[in-house]
Parts: sequence; C-alpha cells; structure tokens
Amino acid sequence: MSAGGQTAVQHRFGPYGGQFVPETLMPALAELEQAWVAAREDPAYRAELDGLLRDFGGRPTPLYRARRLSERAGRPVYLKREDLNHTGSHKLNNALGQALLAKRMGKGRIIAETGAGQHGVATATVCALLDLECVIYMGTEDTRRQHPNVQRMELLGASVRPVDAGARTLKEATSAAIRDWVTNVENTHYVIGSVVGPAPYPALVRDLQRVIGDEARAQILEREGRLPARVIACVGGGSNAMGIFAAFIPDGEVELIGVEAAGEGIDTPRHGAPLTVGGRPGILHGSRSAVMQDEEGQIIQAHSISAGLDYPGAGPEHAHLRDSGRARYVAVTDAQALDAFRLVARLEGIIPALETSHALAWALAEPEGELDLICLSGRGDKDLAEVLAEGDS
Amino acid sequence: MSATQVSGIERLADAFHTTGKRAALMPYLMGGFPTLEESVRIGEACVRAGADVIELGMPYSDPLADGPVIHAAATTALAAGANVAGVLEVARALADSVPVVLMCYANMVFAPGVDAFVERLARTGACGLIVPDLPDGEAPEVREACERHGLALVPLVAPTTTPERLASIGAGARGFLYTVSVVGTTGERVSLPEAFAEVVARAKACTSAPVALGFGIATPEQARQAADAGADGVIVGTRLVRAAEEGDDPAAAVGALVGELAASLAPTDRGSAS
Repeated sequence: MSAGGQTAVQHRFGPYGGQFVPETLMPALAELEQAWVAAREDPAYRAELDGLLRDFGGRPTPLYRARRLSERAGRPVYLKREDLNHTGSHKLNNALGQALLAKRMGKGRIIAETGAGQHGVATATVCALLDLECVIYMGTEDTRRQHPNVQRMELLGASVRPVDAGARTLKEATSAAIRDWVTNVENTHYVIGSVVGPAPYPALVRDLQRVIGDEARAQILEREGRLPARVIACVGGGSNAMGIFAAFIPDGEVELIGVEAAGEGIDTPRHGAPLTVGGRPGILHGSRSAVMQDEEGQIIQAHSISAGLDYPGAGPEHAHLRDSGRARYVAVTDAQALDAFRLVARLEGIIPALETSHALAWALAEPEGELDLICLSGRGDKDLAEVLAEGDS
Repeated sequence: MSATQVSGIERLADAFHTTGKRAALMPYLMGGFPTLEESVRIGEACVRAGADVIELGMPYSDPLADGPVIHAAATTALAAGANVAGVLEVARALADSVPVVLMCYANMVFAPGVDAFVERLARTGACGLIVPDLPDGEAPEVREACERHGLALVPLVAPTTTPERLASIGAGARGFLYTVSVVGTTGERVSLPEAFAEVVARAKACTSAPVALGFGIATPEQARQAADAGADGVIVGTRLVRAAEEGDDPAAAVGALVGELAASLAPTDRGSAS
C-alpha cells in the first residue's frame, strides 16, 4: 500500500496526524485503509452510498439565504442546511459511508463514541438500516444533558454504554470506544465520528463529509454567481468544518473560519479551543494535533456548554490549515453561543444545535463582510432542556 | 552513558539469563499508586519476593491500552500528586537493586521533547522504555534517543500483528519483545487463550531478544503456563495493582503474590520445558 513513504490515504498533515495506537489495532487500520481505497474507486459502493444519502438521508441539503440574518448583518448570509439531513445533523454522511465500509469488510459489530449524541444517533440509525449490531459510548455528563438522544439511540436498537471516567464527556467516551476496539477488533468496526483519530480516519471522515462543501460550492455559485467571501463552521473534532472547507481550500480568496468553544473564556482553563489557544502539539486518541495538555503531557479536561465541542483536541488537518494560514480559528463563549441559539430561533425559525450556534454567534458579531456561508451543522431540539435550564429566556 | 558503565540494554539482557527461574518474573507497578512512597515500598517488596525486572507505570490521563484497574490506579496516582519527577524518583530508588523499565504513553514522552525525556529517564538508572501507543512506524525518533542514551526501547507485538510486521518489529527489539498474550487491554482473564503457545512461538521466531508475555496473566498457574509455552519472561500487572488497591498493607500484599508467582516459576523436574 505504501511506497517511498507515500500512502494511498493521507496519514500526515504537515507535522500532524499519524498512528499513535496500541499495536493490536495496527492491522485493523491497514485493513480499513485498504477497504476505503478499494471502495472509493468502486462504482457500486459510490452508487449505494449516493443513493442512500439521497433517498434515506435527504441530500442534497438546501442552501438557504437567511432573510433576517442577512438583513441584520447587512450582507448576504447563507446557511448550508445540514440540520435537514435525516437524524438532524451532518453526522449521517460519515456514518452511512463507514457503515457501508464495515459491511464490505465483513464486520457485523459497530461501535462509536458520541458527545452531543448526534453521531451516536446517526450511527444507531445506519446500523438499524443495515442490520448491524451497534454499541455507543457516551459520557454520563452527556447522557444527562443530551438525554433525548440517548432515548433515540435506544429506540433504534443501539446499546448505549455510559462512561463514568474523568469529566464523563466526549474525550472519555472516545477512549472507551478505542478500548472496546482494542478488545473486539476482529469482528468490530469503529465508526469514529470526526476528523480525529489515527490514520486513515481523519482523511476518511473528511472525504465522506466533503459532500457538504461540494454541494454548497455549486449551490452558491448558482445562486450568487460568485464564491463566498467567508466559510464559517464550528469545530469540536472538526468534521462539519473539514467537510465544508475541503471544497474551498483551492479557492484562495475564500476565507475559512473555524469556530471553537471558548466555554467560560479562553483566558480561563474552562474552554475547548486548542486550535485558537495554540501551544505545543500533543497526541490524543491516536494522532498528533492541537491538544489541551499540561507541561508534562497530561491531557486537560475541556469545557463547553455544547457537548459536541467539549473536547480537548481537534482534527490534525485543522492544525495544519491553521499553521499554513489557510484557515483561521476563533472561539465563542458559552454565553455568546446561547444568545445566538435564541436569536436565530426567533429571527429565522430555525433552532440550531448549540454546536452550530458557536459558528452563528461569531458571524453575527462580525461587523464586516461581503458574503458569508455558514455550515448549519445540526438542529437544536436535543439542546432544549439544557438551554431552558440556563434560565433567563 | 560512560564507557565503563553497563548500558541499560546490556543489564536488561543479563537479567533474563540470571533469574534462576524458568522465566524472568516481571511485576508491573503503577508509579505513585497509592502514593509515591508506597510505590517504592511495593517495588522493594517485589524485589525481595523474587522480581527479576520491574515494569514501572507512569500514570497518564488517557491510558488507551489499559483496562479499568490500571486506569483507575493512574487516576488515583495523579489525584495524589504523582508527576514525572516523582515517578522517576521511584525508578531511581529501585534501579540499584533491579532493572527498571518505564511504561509511559507517547504524549508524555514527546511533551518535553523526546531526547530530554529519554535522557532524564536514563539518569535515573532505568534500563528501558515501553510506549504502548507508539507502534513501529512512529517509533524512530524515540528509538534513536534511547540508543543514544543506552536505553532499550521495548516494542510490543500482539496476536493480531501480521507476519511482516512481526519480522520488522522483532528485528528492532531491544531489551526484550513485549508480547501481548490476548487481543485486548490490560486486565485479568479467566484463562489463557488456546493459541497461547502459538503467540509465544510466533514471537520467538521473529526475534533474538527475550520474549516476555504480558496482558491477562494473573495467577501462578497462568505464569507457569507462560513458562511452559516458552516465554522468557512473564509480566503480571493488573492482579498486583488490584492487590495494592485492596490491601491494608499494599507492599506486603503485592510481595506475597509476587512470592507465589516466583515459586510457580522455580525450576522443577516437571516436564522438560525448562
């Protein structure tokens, strides 16, 4: 598969990426890479995936010129409506692609991690569709704050395993999923939910999510006759951002903005903004990237009101895009995200996910601009209890 | 490393030849668990009870290769204030009486810079380094630093490792080849898998380094079976960490178990395996 250090699937993004996993998993990563290289060239796989994305998932998703947001911003603001995917977020794009891949590899058991529950619901959904056994790991803090999604996953036939270690959020859920994979690797495929993890996952998940950017680029050209000045997306691990950015990377005039969680503020330790804050790279969940860590290399717990952004790492390609200057990373606090959540609901009749609300908050606070494209990565029904518990609405 | 000193690699190699047992007994202990002082006492008790090599765990926030018992011990150790300096002091305290190999996750090796970390480890008198999330392809920088400072970078192989990988990992092994006995994380298992002898045979065929078997070995009977299967070393971790957690006197509890394990590896007239 490799010759002269070249791999068929990208393993490294500048100094980032790699495969920092126990030896037990190495053959499974090679097998996955081979399966992906074969599948992506196989018209039968593409046809099945595209057919399901269309008929089951509801693609292409609309590109909507947000009327009142545009009025308020004083410039056109377009929303790529990934919230209108079946299951309510962009996560379905990746889950479908990987579950079909698992079938090709003959793996009948699927595991996944989830923070907000959107990836867990998407994975549980495709497992029901494709008749695969499904186990979802979720931190107990997240099973509490995203309870409707737990019920949804169970209804879909998945087994939800609560993870009670550490901060009981996405990082621990991911670690638990990796440990399950180490133990059951022979019959299990790990559907990682973001552009994180050991190679080939960051490139694989990006490629499965780039349908967002490919569609949006064609749609905005058709509508406006020009490219957007800015593409804006929230970043936890960074899969919706990587998916929409991927199509615009060659368009040097388009600014790419990734919005992380500033939590209680990036000048406090309670945030989830490793790309924005910068610092020494680290290794988390199998790859080298931007990581929140102390000086000895212990991983620091992240904080965000949004479970999907409550993660101390980010995808390695994002770290590389930051260093190369191709993309810029900023952060938005819990309070700003909550305000945007409420505002967009009233202005547009769209209840965005708290994750997505970070991207919306950044755009709304930005006085300048010509033509914004925001990835509306998911819908916020799951967040109602959490937002209402914050009171003051 | 001065020219007159025996390198960690050599000292570790010698340890496998001078055990007086059918296989070297290699207890694992978590540095700083339950406290730094107590983990030194546990290590000393292991040596008195017949340990030939000590595998010392550096507590880490996200130990992906470890099961719940060792993960929990790491969390406790960190909460009790264990840090790199403290755990390296544990290594230093034990290194005069037994070869010590540090098990440490990759991020902690890279955090201060690989060379700085390895040099600091070498200065404690430790013999080697095991990085459970550093597969062959990511290892060159750490391996070179270990060579520079006379330490053995001990690689791992698993039952899932392909023959091609086995050959290249086995050829590069220093100190010993850490052979994972089961597909899974660290932890006690009810019984050893059927393919146990095959795992050892596969490992021995690919390397000239001693083959040490670990993950899932808890009882004297299992240790004996490992020696029967031809292992040059037997690593016992989770069972001992659990004893340290449960006992009123952790060092005595661990020492007693290590004594039983040592007895199970004594040369006997049973069979011809030794």
